[in-house]
Amino acid sequence: MAIVLVLVLIVVGSVLFHLLSPWWWTPIASNWDYIDNTITISFWITGIVFAAVVLFMAYCVFRFRHREGNRAAYQPENRRLESWLMIATAAGVTALLVPGLFVWSRFVNVPGEAADIEVVAQQWQWSFRLPGKDGKLGTSDTRIVSAENPLGIVPGDPNGQDDVVVEAADLHLPVGKPVKVLLRSIDVLHDFYIPEFRAKMDMIPGSVTYFWFTPTRTGTFQVLCAELCGQGHPLMHGVVMVDTEQDYLAWLGQQQTFAQLSAPQQTGAATQPSEKTMASSLDVAAKLETLEAR
Amino acid sequence: MVDVTPADAVPPAEVAEMELYHPHSWWTKYVFSQDAKVIAVQYSATAMAIGLVALMLSWLMRLQLGFPGTFDFITPEAYYQFITMHGMIMVIYLLTALFLGGFGNYLIPLMVGARDMVFPYVNMLSYWVYLLAVLVLVSSFFAPGGPTGAGWTLYPPQAIMTGTPGGQDWGIILMLSSLILFIIGFTMGGLNYVVTVLQGRTRGMTLMRLPLTVWGIFTATVMALLAFPALFVACVMMLLDRLLGTSFFMPAIVEMGEQLQHNGGSPILFQHLFWFFGHPEVYIVALPAFGIVSDLISTHARKNIFGYRMMVWAIIAIGALSFVVWAHHMYVSGMNPYFGFFFATTTLIIAVPTAIKVYNWVLTLWRGDIHLTIPMLFALAFIVTFVNGGLTGLFLGNVVVDVPLSDTMFVVAHFHMVMGVAPILVIFGAIYHWYPKVTGRMLDETLGRFHFWITFLGAYLIFFPMHYLGLMGVPRRYAELTDMNIMTESAHHLNSFISIMAFIVGFAQMVFLFNLIWSIRHGREAGGNPWRATTLEWQTPETPPAHGNFGKELPIVYRWAYDYSVPGAKEDFIPQNVPGSFGPSREPA
Repeated sequence: MAIVLVLVLIVVGSVLFHLLSPWWWTPIASNWDYIDNTITISFWITGIVFAAVVLFMAYCVFRFRHREGNRAAYQPENRRLESWLMIATAAGVTALLVPGLFVWSRFVNVPGEAADIEVVAQQWQWSFRLPGKDGKLGTSDTRIVSAENPLGIVPGDPNGQDDVVVEAADLHLPVGKPVKVLLRSIDVLHDFYIPEFRAKMDMIPGSVTYFWFTPTRTGTFQVLCAELCGQGHPLMHGVVMVDTEQDYLAWLGQQQTFAQLSAPQQTGAATQPSEKTMASSLDVAAKLETLEAR
Repeated sequence: MVDVTPADAVPPAEVAEMELYHPHSWWTKYVFSQDAKVIAVQYSATAMAIGLVALMLSWLMRLQLGFPGTFDFITPEAYYQFITMHGMIMVIYLLTALFLGGFGNYLIPLMVGARDMVFPYVNMLSYWVYLLAVLVLVSSFFAPGGPTGAGWTLYPPQAIMTGTPGGQDWGIILMLSSLILFIIGFTMGGLNYVVTVLQGRTRGMTLMRLPLTVWGIFTATVMALLAFPALFVACVMMLLDRLLGTSFFMPAIVEMGEQLQHNGGSPILFQHLFWFFGHPEVYIVALPAFGIVSDLISTHARKNIFGYRMMVWAIIAIGALSFVVWAHHMYVSGMNPYFGFFFATTTLIIAVPTAIKVYNWVLTLWRGDIHLTIPMLFALAFIVTFVNGGLTGLFLGNVVVDVPLSDTMFVVAHFHMVMGVAPILVIFGAIYHWYPKVTGRMLDETLGRFHFWITFLGAYLIFFPMHYLGLMGVPRRYAELTDMNIMTESAHHLNSFISIMAFIVGFAQMVFLFNLIWSIRHGREAGGNPWRATTLEWQTPETPPAHGNFGKELPIVYRWAYDYSVPGAKEDFIPQNVPGSFGPSREPA
């Protein structure tokens, strides 16, 4: 009989935990509150089903537990009941799926006014590229990545010359403007994930993937990598700051373009800072140490 | 449904019986045995032994997550090796091997009324190749660089690169080799299970009279035979990429400043191959559990399984549908996002046959005569955890809901609940149920109940709250959760709590292992049919059944496997091999 009590307690306890525990999603900072709403619908429907099934089971165990002289009923099938249950389930599933697919179509259809930005991942840091004055990102190629051209921007492409390169530093975005985030990796799979924005997408070496969102409030948000990318994975943090328009423009003014970065260094190659040359050996340990230090 | 074959209408045997190979020595009887029952015990013992390693690994990773920074020897490198090996062992080398190699071998011939598997020699080879696969896997712990730390999904490019433990050492090579061996071994066994069910059934055992256990294992085996080849080629291709420098999965890559000699490969191709295997794999583990739990519930509630035909068709439907849902593991993988519409729809459709199975289990309890034996308790616990884990699957299957939750602890909680805890609870229930047939003795009741309560409640307390960490956004596969804005103080406490529960639940498994060994000699004598069950394995002349299973004459089957509490019958069960109809008409309502 303990099992009956435990089954009831599991339902009551789970519901109370859901309502009262302090662990809940972070306050949202993007337009994807649609996703939060879909999760809420999912919690309602699945919560009701869970409670109904487990409580019904508890009732059955209580009511039909073995007692001396009891005998079970003999009922192989009940077509009507089975059909009704199937229809009810299909209805519940549809109620989950339809809003889900509706929101998904918003997710995959990027609004025309969204500005392109690019995120480039590598073990284990984030870099960014903005399209510059022409509004177009230049083409890129992993095979020409070097210490001087860490993002592999094709030098012959005029669109790329005015691209703003933010290497291993914070990204700033203006609040309220939709952005299409183009995602690229030069080594392994990564995933650009900011919990407050809800959206995330893997980056695949050799491809460009994307998602879009509109930041809805200013603030500083931590970027996490959400796809296992080797030992440094848990340390692969970054920062996105959502600014007011003014602050954003001020920040943008301080950034360097690809043309500026790749111009021959007049001050003499000898004094070029040594940290700018990429580690030529595959020294994972050293790389991890610098990450830990940050 | 309630078709009972009259005693004079049994079809004649189609072929004469063949003489079995009888062992001549201790070696051929107990070691290189061709008896499916011995092979089953070998499979089960090996699977549980390697499963114990996986359990220890889970403790180590919980030490790190629950008490970060306390244990210096758990470096990120070691942590990733622990999670990778834990996952791979649990899914492949424990669950798949135990359900199909263990339960499949023991139960299929007995339940369908055969003397053995149809190809006993190949069946024996299957086990030895499996053992070799396990040994190769274990050897990676001792190889230079240790085992691979690529995550159990082994996603390239990182799986074969320097930044991942074992990527440029032996780890990944041994992992891939071991998987290839496992698939070869499994194929030998799997062909046996399928052909035995199709061709080896005794007279009167029609397909629609098979116990659901056999239906579950049979369908899962067919699926495995179709799904494992995808993993097989993926492993071979990745081995070629790693050893010969081909570029199946490797595009142009700059690894920490150095251009690699790869070009033009597709990392996402691997993911498609992996999940074309990987999703059916979920049901390869789940369907045997579905089948077994149906029989446990029916037997211990003394009532026929409700809606048998629907249960069979649901198993087949789930098996078929599970081949067209694989990319729901890849919603945020960067594949064409429009695939999401298709795969979300197919995925949620699977919920319908799955829900039917749940309803029918619960409706089997309705107006039953429920004996709260240990197998029944485990079956009830299975329903709770399976429903819980299945429902969170509706979150993750619903493409847009998956976006914030994928790659978080929500996913970890979900799949542990639905394909870790739930099937393992069935395995426990099944072991308590069939142990008396295998050994002739009952497992100790007190230890069993202790094991049940700790395991069920502990596992629920581990994985239910874990969903909420994922909802907060805590990513999975993080060796350290420090310096993370979303990790509140209380979330760290929750992690410590989960870890402590994991140690307690792990400890309860030691009690279970002790019970398994102790009861071989000291358990209560079981007799031939302690649960008063109808299926053929309980009707053998000897317990444990001898080689050949059924003595001189094979049983003849007159009825389905669920004639419990038939009105008019004296006993509350009628074995399948008992002729004659009892009482009033029993047409389905």
